[in-house]
Amino acid sequence: MTADVGTPVRTRRRGGTVAFVLCGMTLLLASLSVAISVGAVAVPAGTVWGVFLNRLSLGFVEQTWSQGREAIVWDIRFPRALLAMMVGAGLALVGASLQAVTRNPLADPHLLGISSGGAFGAILALLHTGLFLGLLTVPLLAFAGALGATAIVLAVSRFADATSADRLVLAGVAVSFIVMAAANVLIFLGDPRATHTVVFWMLGGLGLAQWDQLIYPLVILVVCGAWLVSRSTVLNAMTVGDETASTLGIPVARFRLIVFVVGALITGVMVAFSGIIGFVGLMVPHVVRMIVGGDYRRVLPGSALVGAILLLWADIAARTVMAPEDMPIGIVTGLVGGVGFIWLLARKRTA
Amino acid sequence: MSTAADLSVRDLSWAPARGGTPLLHPTSFELRAGRVLGVVGPNGAGKTTLLRLLYRFHKPRTGTVSIGGDDIWHLSARAVAQRVAAVLQEHPSDFALTVAEIVALGRTPHRRGFGGSAGARDRDVIHAALAQLDLHRLAHRHLGTLSGGERQRVMVARALAQEPRLLILDEPTNHLDIRHQLEVLDLIRTLPLTIVTSLHDLNLAAGVCDDVLLLDAGACIGFGPPSDVLTEAALSGVFRVDARRERLAPSNADHLTFHLSHKETHL
Repeated sequence: MTADVGTPVRTRRRGGTVAFVLCGMTLLLASLSVAISVGAVAVPAGTVWGVFLNRLSLGFVEQTWSQGREAIVWDIRFPRALLAMMVGAGLALVGASLQAVTRNPLADPHLLGISSGGAFGAILALLHTGLFLGLLTVPLLAFAGALGATAIVLAVSRFADATSADRLVLAGVAVSFIVMAAANVLIFLGDPRATHTVVFWMLGGLGLAQWDQLIYPLVILVVCGAWLVSRSTVLNAMTVGDETASTLGIPVARFRLIVFVVGALITGVMVAFSGIIGFVGLMVPHVVRMIVGGDYRRVLPGSALVGAILLLWADIAARTVMAPEDMPIGIVTGLVGGVGFIWLLARKRTA
Repeated sequence: MSTAADLSVRDLSWAPARGGTPLLHPTSFELRAGRVLGVVGPNGAGKTTLLRLLYRFHKPRTGTVSIGGDDIWHLSARAVAQRVAAVLQEHPSDFALTVAEIVALGRTPHRRGFGGSAGARDRDVIHAALAQLDLHRLAHRHLGTLSGGERQRVMVARALAQEPRLLILDEPTNHLDIRHQLEVLDLIRTLPLTIVTSLHDLNLAAGVCDDVLLLDAGACIGFGPPSDVLTEAALSGVFRVDARRERLAPSNADHLTFHLSHKETHL
């Protein structure tokens, strides 16, 4: 450890980060091509990328596959895999950011009532209003519900003067229970024969992914994700403590609320299109910290990358374990996440 | 290293809410650049409240705090953070930040641009702060794996990386063994900054501070050189004990001793 002086080590860290990003990107592309190849109809990886390149510019590669294969790859599996990547990246980013501003290692995108609000909106659409806005009805109402719940949490935090880290979490949990109770009232009042659609929605799934809807999660993920990454050093400072962060010139309470709202936007749009997929936002940041350390300049991009890869594989598992049935992806992430968390817990003790 | 600044406090008072009981009654004092002020008093006397007003965490109910002639509430939070650093008793949660990364946080108020990238000067300052507190050996350890004394040094290095003109410390010797206490006090004595520190140990305060400010129930009982303020009578009244000033034989130094007064124990 005698060589651990200043700059040389910093370059070593940077070298490690570059290696991590390169490995991660390679793994991401490999996972993407597996995710699109695997399924009820197996498609060779060559065909997957052939279809992709042909779509980029027609006639780039000679078409050696049937029109049916092309439809499966392009219309069904590509959007699904891209949605999986965005949801995984988004939830992991939100989890990492909320853990910093609440200084709570158990903070998670679903903790603060955002997802309960999404569930309320989705249940309203699935059981009561009907698809009056077409295919976008469920996502739109779920997103509106998520934002509504966020507004309630903000109002409660103002009303109860709960701008501190602990009290904001408590306010979020309280609102989450109330909104979930209201959502359960909707289930109770709804048509019992239709409630299984609600159960499936709540367990999460990527089966409804469509090209023309991907733009909404993409835009929100890119804009909000870029903002969070631009605030990495502030997030670092927030992990040390509220008062210390404020002596560094950070408007602590306001920053925490902004991160919460940005997180709510990302979570809301992801929940709207994929249901409630648990454990990704909770687990991924911890795994990433073990690999790249605690600096948020590395934790945030790392979380997005690992979250995207993890959810691709979770979706592969969900589609293949009980093929040709689609298992809800929330079952996979819950199972893998829970077991993974126990492993993390045991490892922390020995580290 | 930046230069020390004068600290001027005028009629400063604070209460938690409008119309609430004041935790600090109007207090005024002037601390010249480079001097060390010890804030002493019983638990709940308002020491932390006074410090929080100095580092712009609480907004004063009345009065002003001026550093180098500028009222801190006429400056932005960031501009104040470029002048004032604080070492507090908060325990950072373990998010796997290394010592070097914690110290680098001190550069936050000086950074500009996207993501707050570090320039060559930032790196030099961080380097110097690590060196000053002998932390290079620990630079890549996680904060969670350090002892209490090492953590305190990390937090001081973080504050120094901020290049403050006024350094505020809240009970810097708390939970430290005697060697680390002496090291922290030695550092306080040698730093070329204006320093305000709260201290529980009155003998340490008398030894290290140029001035002391004695607080009781939110009111300033005395301000000035330790020998003037930390008198037997004042301390006996404020802490409700029998305070005696004795002279240690070989070193010929003053030493305060404290005993419960008998009247008190029979109550």
